[in-house]
Amino acid sequence: MKLAIENNDVYCYTNSRDIDPAKPSIVFIHGSGMDHTVWTLAARHFARHGNNVIAIDLPGHGRSTGAPLENIPAMADWLEQVLDALKIDVSAVVGHSLGSLVALEFSAKYAARTRALVMVGTIVPMPVSSAILAACKNNDHAAFDMLTQYGLSKRHQFGGNRSSGIWMVGSALRLYERSQPGVLYYDMNACNEYQSGLEQAAAVECPVLLVLGSEDRLTPVRGTRPLQEAFHQPEVSVIQGAGHTLMMEAPNALLDALHRIL
Amino acid sequence: MSAPDYPGLDTLALHAGSQPDPATGARATPIYQSASFCFPDSDYAASLFNIERAGHVYSRLSNPTNAVLEERIAALEDGVGAIATASGQAALTLAIMTLMGAGSHIVAAAALYGGSHNLLAYTLPRLGIETTFVDARDPQAFAAAIQDNTRLIFAETVGNPGLDVLNIPKVAAVAHEAGLPLMVDSTFTTPYLIKPFEHGADIIMHSATKFLSGHGIVIGGLLVDGGRFDWDASGKFPTLTEPYEGFHNLVFSEEFGPAAFIQRARKEGLRDFGACMSPTTAFHILQGVETLGIRMNRHVENTRGVVEFLNQHEQVSRVGYPELEGHPDQALASALLPKGCSAVFSFDLVGGREAGIAFVDALNLFSHLANVGDAKSLVIHPASTTHHRMDAAALAAGGIGEGTIRLSIGLEDPKDLIADLKQGLRAAGKIVAKQAVAL
Repeated sequence: MKLAIENNDVYCYTNSRDIDPAKPSIVFIHGSGMDHTVWTLAARHFARHGNNVIAIDLPGHGRSTGAPLENIPAMADWLEQVLDALKIDVSAVVGHSLGSLVALEFSAKYAARTRALVMVGTIVPMPVSSAILAACKNNDHAAFDMLTQYGLSKRHQFGGNRSSGIWMVGSALRLYERSQPGVLYYDMNACNEYQSGLEQAAAVECPVLLVLGSEDRLTPVRGTRPLQEAFHQPEVSVIQGAGHTLMMEAPNALLDALHRIL
Repeated sequence: MSAPDYPGLDTLALHAGSQPDPATGARATPIYQSASFCFPDSDYAASLFNIERAGHVYSRLSNPTNAVLEERIAALEDGVGAIATASGQAALTLAIMTLMGAGSHIVAAAALYGGSHNLLAYTLPRLGIETTFVDARDPQAFAAAIQDNTRLIFAETVGNPGLDVLNIPKVAAVAHEAGLPLMVDSTFTTPYLIKPFEHGADIIMHSATKFLSGHGIVIGGLLVDGGRFDWDASGKFPTLTEPYEGFHNLVFSEEFGPAAFIQRARKEGLRDFGACMSPTTAFHILQGVETLGIRMNRHVENTRGVVEFLNQHEQVSRVGYPELEGHPDQALASALLPKGCSAVFSFDLVGGREAGIAFVDALNLFSHLANVGDAKSLVIHPASTTHHRMDAAALAAGGIGEGTIRLSIGLEDPKDLIADLKQGLRAAGKIVAKQAVAL
């Protein structure tokens, strides 16, 4: 489904269904340099289970046009515009990595419009190494390589995908390579500069679920303690053996975890 | 922070896609010889059928042993995914059926494996898919043959049996300029000698019967998706970019992005045409892949020795190996295939057809059969066997003469191979001597 916001196309994957105001809605937000396709399995699942699913492409990503947004609050405000256009008053918001910060900001700022928050592969704050930022800024392929290699657990560097025949390293690289020049830098910089996450977490009123990979090297579990303490009694699911790219590395375990709150 | 090196080819060949079996701890990949797989409950079953969860339903569609092989080949080729098929022919057919239907057109190199030529020249026209064959060495010939209804450019990395080296970067550029994917058959080269995706190819097929399995014990194929071709931008592939009624209006490019092609090939092609690989076959191929690097290295070294011997022999009028001085593809081979140009090549004997027959019949160590890429050295006379359906003109277009001999060099001690060839050449020499007397 395509919408127009401020003269730009906004793409939302909806499992080829119209939005039904009688159904609960779930918004899925991808991570840096990615697009809606990372959420295909989960979106298909929750669509069959009676939900409106909206897997968005952030501006400048995937099938959405326009310049990428510079910071997390701007992305959350943009998401509100998207939901206005879709006539969705209340939704659950599920985000991965960068998307988890957008979901967090949205849940705090637009509390009345959020019924549940799920942060997948997350940490707050989310500092990005200067090496990755520099490579992103230079549109250097090394940025894709670093994010792919550190994004997968060491074990999954060698595969073991539950989706038959799909090579996770190649799949992640191709998604990054499809991103427009500069987009990844905008995204990573937005993650790096978002400093109000813990305060926003304290303001979140809806049920919260954190889904973390035990082998995540980009947003390690041990670093999520301040975030867990900032929320009011969040649910935490740690998926053993998975790294940061949970949708690819552990799609079934992720689905089971999402069912704890959705 | 800097990116660690990706695992090397020899490491991936041993480890990619596999882990110790979670149920038993078995280190070797088990053979999951099961037609189907149990569902824990009805909703789980529904979620597998509807592509919500990852897992196995029925071994025609996917199988845990095959999945390890598929992931390993995708890793070695640096693709997004792969499918194991019943044969190399099944891989080629699966690719074509995924991309096009009746009324479509293919541009293919004239120098092709005889089985591929049969499919394109004789069988597919019956289904409304026509092919124009062009000189594999002429990228502009590919461009000139493209029509409005062309949907695929197809060639071998090195042609069978003349080893015409495909200029992958130039032919890929021609294809992409026309909004078309380039598919290459890399059976002769394997990912050890060339990684076609790095040079611009979009889809790779293998007959895994050959060097990948390496021991001549199974029939199998592999289809690999590079994940870089933009099907939406091309606008010529409705099977990938428009709703598919056969799967609840799924749009493959929308839902699977870079993996659209390989996912459609599995969800439709394996499902409907059914040319899947047996898990036992996948297990055998995996054993071969584990030693791909060291085997290919030895194959190539042995080949270089045999080529050098034949090239200096007075009874040999031509040796078609691209590393040789004066070969039309020498410079291209040096650029694209620095580790070697495969271990299959052809040569022409003085004395033509009769000398060729005498040569083949006199060999002991070389096995006379229709295959290549075995650990054992092989020999065949293409004009009377693999390419027997082609007339003289078609043979010539493929670089084959009536007296051409094709060798597939194995892993034996090279001195023994050369001794056997000397024996064959002595027999051929007697034919030449008789021909001289008759004159």
